[in-house]
Amino acid sequence: MTTPALEVAHLSKRFGGLPATKNVSLSVAPGERRLIIGPNGAGKTTLFNLITGDLTADAGSVRLFAQELIGMPTQRRVHLGLARTYQILTLFPRERLVHNVVLSLLGLDRRRWNPWSILAASRDLYANARAFLERVGLGDAAERIVAETSYGERRRLELAMALAQKPKLLLLDEPLAGLSQAERQTVRALLDAIPREVTIVMIEHDMDTALAFAERITVLHYGEVIVEGNRAEVVADPRTREVYLGD
Amino acid sequence: MTPRAAAALALCVLALVAVPWIIGNEFYVNMASQVLIYALFALSINMLLGYGGMVSLGHAAYLGIAGYACITATTAGYDQLTAAVFAVALSTATAAFFGVLSLRAPGLGFIMITLALGQIVWGVAYRVNDLTGGDNGIRHPARPMPFGFDIRDASSFYYFTLVVFLVALFFIWRFSRSPFGASLKGARDQPRRMRMLGHNVWLVRWVTFVMAGFWASVAGVLYVYYNLFLSPHAISLQQSAEILLMAILGGASTLSGPIIGAAIITLVKNVVSTYVERWNTLLGVIFVVVIVFMPYGLVPGCAQAWQQLRNRIKSRKALTPAASEPAQ
Repeated sequence: MTTPALEVAHLSKRFGGLPATKNVSLSVAPGERRLIIGPNGAGKTTLFNLITGDLTADAGSVRLFAQELIGMPTQRRVHLGLARTYQILTLFPRERLVHNVVLSLLGLDRRRWNPWSILAASRDLYANARAFLERVGLGDAAERIVAETSYGERRRLELAMALAQKPKLLLLDEPLAGLSQAERQTVRALLDAIPREVTIVMIEHDMDTALAFAERITVLHYGEVIVEGNRAEVVADPRTREVYLGD
Repeated sequence: MTPRAAAALALCVLALVAVPWIIGNEFYVNMASQVLIYALFALSINMLLGYGGMVSLGHAAYLGIAGYACITATTAGYDQLTAAVFAVALSTATAAFFGVLSLRAPGLGFIMITLALGQIVWGVAYRVNDLTGGDNGIRHPARPMPFGFDIRDASSFYYFTLVVFLVALFFIWRFSRSPFGASLKGARDQPRRMRMLGHNVWLVRWVTFVMAGFWASVAGVLYVYYNLFLSPHAISLQQSAEILLMAILGGASTLSGPIIGAAIITLVKNVVSTYVERWNTLLGVIFVVVIVFMPYGLVPGCAQAWQQLRNRIKSRKALTPAASEPAQ
């Protein structure tokens, strides 16, 4: 068996008395598209935050291609090939779009420690950043300020910033949230175009898109994994119905 | 850099070089030297404040440590250059240590820890009589002779300060435009996202803290050369707060803001105080007025006002030909 891209084992996190993640274990194969669903408060974003290191786990392990991530600061995990997008947009609103992507590229570039050279003169960084914006269809908007762009454009910028890191494992937190039907189609096509070298774990509520995209699905409920399997298995499982529809 | 910006910069440098000829009067030339020293000091705190979003209330500590170290080493018999290098190195090393302590907590915690550390340095200066002369302060033997130049009189000291200031300004300007500067500004606006992009936010802030400490130390050595004297009053909380006000008054988001702020506050303190007894009140009024009408400081505020004025003139010009047409 090949090494899983992501292996989460017995991961737990409590907020005071409230268990947000209870003994979660899951394994994602390289190149897989995994969907994580569950009702509000199921602990989906908490799981992402534990994987990235935004939150410290109480117990358990998270391995990226067999390398233990627990105990490592977020930026180290990123250097090992982890990237994510945020459900709540986390961008640099007063900067140009291209600058946002440049900051993303700089994160993995040794030049980020250079206090002497002029950033604007780093043509290669800007050209590279524009190429990634082009890829998500924002080539023409590169010089605009983030605050002057539409919500749909910002969602795609989030994606461009994550892709610019050339991640091995990409965590997408509701990449379709708040988008119109037409914009969903665009983002959907962008996600489909991501090469198989990138393993993707996605949280999404838009079932039409998400179910078609994912190969395997994990259902979280009150911080626990209750069902896992392929699309047909999960849809047919009575526990899925119970969680989503009640008894 | 655009040709216009280059021309403006050249004009500014030329004006700075011409200052001693223009004003002539020794008292005011000395004032100009003071402005430059405080401007460097304000520029250094602005690396933390403007680019890093970190409010330090203990920045005068580095002026103090560098100043006392410089005087002590010179008095102990070391030559001026060795003493200056030692002073700046010691003070920068202290900044490295204080940075580790201060950056334990962001925001309010950072302010309080820097305040506490600044007060500790002040307290030590006040109490350790043998080394610092306590409340009476200590004297620096004499100004140095850099490369054999005599800088004892007002205008030659002004030029010496100007050279150091311009070198520092150049470094800080590059810093503000550099990839590192971009990481720092990113860490100010979205620290969580920056970590997720692979940036080591803590280390970026710490390195900035050390660099700010370095330039404050350089300002400290210049301060001692200028006054030939140092006492705990120079490194009190009021001094730290005043430096912070200089940067905020001029505009913390800009490179020129702290310089303008330093000039205004130093002039009010020294010139206006000879005519007006309540110069502190005047300073307060200036500060309140600027912040009310230009919340981002004088430089960004004036730039905005200028832009609005130009737009208004432009739109009026665009209207006039159309309006005057029927008359022709």
